[in-house]
Amino acid sequence: MSLKDKLLSSYIAFEDYLEDDSPIHDLRSDAIKTFENQGFPTKKEEAWKYTSLNSILKEDYSLFPKKDNDIQLKDVKRYFLHEIDTYKIVFVDGIYNSFLSETTHDKADVCLLSSALSKDKYKPIVETYFNKVAKNNSLTSLNTAFAKEGAYISIPKHVELDKPIEIINFATGNETAILLQPRNLVVVGENAQVQIIERHQSLSDNAVLTNSVTEIFAEKRAHVDFYKIQNDRSSASLIDHTYANQERDSIVKVHTFSFGGKLTRNNLNFYQNGEHCDSVLNGITILEKKQHVDHNTLVHHISPNCESHQDYKGIFDDSSTGVFNGKVYVEKEAQKIDAFQKNNNILISDKATINAKPQLEIFADDVKCSHGCTIGQLDEDAMFYMRSRGIGQKEARALLMYAFANNVLEGVKIPELKRRVNKLIAQKIGVNLGFDL
Amino acid sequence: MLKIKNLHATVEDKDILKGINLDVKPGEVHAIMGPNGSGKSTLASVVAGKDEFEITNGEVLLEGEDISELDPEERAHKGIFLSFQYPVEIPGVSVTNFIKTAINETRKSKGLKDMPAGEMLKLIKEKADMLEIDRKFLSRSLNEGFSGGEKKRNEIFQMAMMEPKLAILDETDSGLDIDALKIVANGVNKLKNDDNAVIVITHYQRLLDYIVPDYVHVLMDGKIVKSGSKELAYELEEKGYDWIKEELV
Repeated sequence: MSLKDKLLSSYIAFEDYLEDDSPIHDLRSDAIKTFENQGFPTKKEEAWKYTSLNSILKEDYSLFPKKDNDIQLKDVKRYFLHEIDTYKIVFVDGIYNSFLSETTHDKADVCLLSSALSKDKYKPIVETYFNKVAKNNSLTSLNTAFAKEGAYISIPKHVELDKPIEIINFATGNETAILLQPRNLVVVGENAQVQIIERHQSLSDNAVLTNSVTEIFAEKRAHVDFYKIQNDRSSASLIDHTYANQERDSIVKVHTFSFGGKLTRNNLNFYQNGEHCDSVLNGITILEKKQHVDHNTLVHHISPNCESHQDYKGIFDDSSTGVFNGKVYVEKEAQKIDAFQKNNNILISDKATINAKPQLEIFADDVKCSHGCTIGQLDEDAMFYMRSRGIGQKEARALLMYAFANNVLEGVKIPELKRRVNKLIAQKIGVNLGFDL
Repeated sequence: MLKIKNLHATVEDKDILKGINLDVKPGEVHAIMGPNGSGKSTLASVVAGKDEFEITNGEVLLEGEDISELDPEERAHKGIFLSFQYPVEIPGVSVTNFIKTAINETRKSKGLKDMPAGEMLKLIKEKADMLEIDRKFLSRSLNEGFSGGEKKRNEIFQMAMMEPKLAILDETDSGLDIDALKIVANGVNKLKNDDNAVIVITHYQRLLDYIVPDYVHVLMDGKIVKSGSKELAYELEEKGYDWIKEELV
């Protein structure tokens, strides 16, 4: 049975098991129909031209894992940013783990989508926001159809959350192969602020496919910093969909650090609904072996006087492949916008590939849009400069690659996170730089 | 110290150096002057080991050892330092961290352990003070957003830290105002002793008022066409290079 057929037949059982009065019941039925009609995307679709899902769809994924999936804190502690200085929403094989989590309802709701879907007091928010910015493409629809668990974050207006939130999805490997479909809803009220760190981490070499959907709503003057740490094992693949809906004067930043995993596809979609919005999309990708990462971004400028900044850096070794497909769409009404897109890549090996495709569709006549894309090797003059100071070729290369990727880190506002990512970069580049970064 | 014999070098099959002879002894300061495109910077790069240039003939000897096949880092370990005309920006790596790496890599090549952190800090402070470099400057990313003068001063700071046997200053005076020029020259003079040597590449006589050369060489079309004492620099400043060309004809 193909994965698609398996999903479709499982859906019937899944439906029966859920309570009928779920506020999103109708959404689910529509979504499964969309998935049934469209199926998994193939390379024939323009947006998937450089990323084939064939190899990862062959696995016989378990869709509903058993519940005996306890993991010990000591085994996973290193994946947490802080023991106490963050809120944590932790899932193990898709199931909430209260022991490892630290949620709150004090000033804001940092809890579970399952509670939000089942409790009456959350109903107004779920009805207002759930699936409102997500698009009905096949994979998002597949997630919607099976949506039952994930992070639910709701920050009331004027609240600046006191610590960052970590959303961590562990896969234990108790199943030979597992399909996970987390669904996150993040609503940040007027003038509120939040920092979120999201991570998917497999704990074994068994296959994992994660089809994740996150919706972010930033109300007027809200400020959201979202960090995605993608440093999973080479048996794990991730298809991420993150949708951000921005109202007037809001700032949403998504930083994506892609170092691990087998196949990663990041779909980032930003919609600017009010004036003076700022959208920031940054990424550092460092790949080796046969890894594949595809960044597919869309910034939809609907309102005037807004800004968007995209800066993606990639370093590709061995026969790794990267894709950057960045689209900026400027509506006729969106005058005086400033949209900036940059994608710089370094290929270290002759077998590494990057496909870069910037797309600008501009219907307004008074805008500033720029894009730049480079693919190259390391700068010879810079190499000579460092080597002439006694720094060996390998270290000089590492320093240069580090310097190349580094400026994307400037936007990281959590010092511990910055330190960790720095360390990861140094590790990935494979050299001890001889000093603390 | 440095002996260059009949050095010929090409880049992409174009002859740049066409038979250079130069003998620099310990304790000496040599100035190399010449019009644009005469090969001055190429000579500096070839001695430092830039592999873009191919040595087609001749020898470069450092303390009697032929170094022309060595990697740039190996030459640095042996005590050659090139102060760049255009220092490269390295974002994310501070001046301090860069120089620490450079020094410890050099020590490693000699089988020495890393310099203890306290000693390193003391050395950094001492050399920074000598060159009137603000401490804040040391934590900035290497050369990123530095003014022309700051870049040059930072080059001399690195030179002071590395204490090379042979320092080549490639147009270190360009981009410096007179005060910065004095500080930089003063730094170089303090580092100067009977065991090391300096080659100063410059267009202008100005720097040579402060770093006084024992010899001045004129490089034209890939060859040293005239050598003399420091008075030659004044003559060039006054008359330009045309009279030398005429002399040659």
